[in-house]
Amino acid sequence: MSKLFLSWRIGIISLAVMTMISCAAVETLTTVATTVGEATGTITKSQSESIRKSTAVVSKSLEDFTPEQEYYIGRSVGAVVLVKYQALADTKANAYLNVLGQTLSQASDMPELFGGYHFLVLDSDDINAFATPGGHIFITRGLLRCCRTEDALAAVLAHEIGHVQLRHGMKAIEKARMTEALTILAQEGAKSFGGQEVAQLTKVFGGAISDITNTMINNGYSRSYEYQADAAAVSILKRLGYNPGALADMLGVMAKQMKPGGTDFAKTHPSPQNRIAELKDNGQAFTGGEPPTVRKERFTKAAGHLL
Amino acid sequence: MFRYISMVICLALLSVLFLNATAEAQKILSVQVREGQLRATPSHLGKIVAKTSYGDRVTVLGERGAWKKVSLSNGKYQGWMHSTALTSKKIVLKAGQANVGTSVTRDEIALAGKGFSEEVEAQYRKTNKNLDYTWINRMEAMKVSSGQIEDFITGGHLALSEQGGKP
Repeated sequence: MSKLFLSWRIGIISLAVMTMISCAAVETLTTVATTVGEATGTITKSQSESIRKSTAVVSKSLEDFTPEQEYYIGRSVGAVVLVKYQALADTKANAYLNVLGQTLSQASDMPELFGGYHFLVLDSDDINAFATPGGHIFITRGLLRCCRTEDALAAVLAHEIGHVQLRHGMKAIEKARMTEALTILAQEGAKSFGGQEVAQLTKVFGGAISDITNTMINNGYSRSYEYQADAAAVSILKRLGYNPGALADMLGVMAKQMKPGGTDFAKTHPSPQNRIAELKDNGQAFTGGEPPTVRKERFTKAAGHLL
Repeated sequence: MFRYISMVICLALLSVLFLNATAEAQKILSVQVREGQLRATPSHLGKIVAKTSYGDRVTVLGERGAWKKVSLSNGKYQGWMHSTALTSKKIVLKAGQANVGTSVTRDEIALAGKGFSEEVEAQYRKTNKNLDYTWINRMEAMKVSSGQIEDFITGGHLALSEQGGKP
């Protein structure tokens, strides 16, 4: 009898949870799920309280930043990147990069951003690439040289789009700063901002830009974020019909060209060998065939002179 | 004990039903990108039927994967938009606007141009004069048309699955 009762109970709970997932916000879901969990004794009251609290904070911090705000964060993050690296004023290469990149973005899980995706070549021999929360994506000439085909370049850009899609930049902002920004916003409500709030917000904004650029340029994201972006890249490549093995191929070239101790990818990313190993472990390292001639030709035409 | 548990579960289920009902009634979403497109088919390659702007309200008529079939609030145009271009929040274009009553909570609205905004960027630039936004503006001005993307896909022996990215 008790066994039967237990399974009935679990059935109802999972039914409730499943229905909720399909229709309501995570926060509400958590409230109901924790209430049920509490009543049925599967979790204690204090446990449910802490689950509710943390969910409320997390869902708030992610939702309360509109794509518009991420766009403005992205613009300034990009401007900081351009202090370290110069833009390469190469119309042909940049135009090609933008068509390729925007095509890839449409096959991502986040095809629409407030200001769309934009791409730019940086004039540096460093092996580096950056993506801002606003969809500004930069790739150095040095990294371009690790790409022997359009498919390989697509893999690099898709990895950066992966960082945007997974909101890794936004997640680099310190929690306390996020809370501070959201608190100012909450106070503001529907009223107009005064000069004091703008000054306060600008200070927080500057802090957020530093958090993101320090992570992106100096310290690097966590290994798991890089592997996640690699996985996202592979799925974008597959959805478009690119050779998904191009990522591992490009990493192989990078391993040969990277200078140990450099301040570029050598410092901020797991080693290419480790990234290839991770792809292999997840069954994502495909052996690549040659891309069709048309793709080879247009790649050479647009970027050949930079390699 | 059993009665208490059943009661709680019933209440939980009722609240689920209630939430469902509200969700059904409120199938109005807002465009959260600066420039949105209504397309004839659920694909980024679909013909553009109409353009939408930030904050425009649309009514959801149907769904396919990550795409939503919507109509513009003026009822004139119908078409498909990717769900990442839409939000359930009402976007208020000006703070202090009359349509922001006390009845709406902060979770239901988003204030355009507030928070980290153009105004804050301008202020930030005043104290960070070493930052140059010329190339940021230039890269944002590099436009790629749907036609160019379509040619790039077919010309490169590629294919974009009809539904594009998942939500």
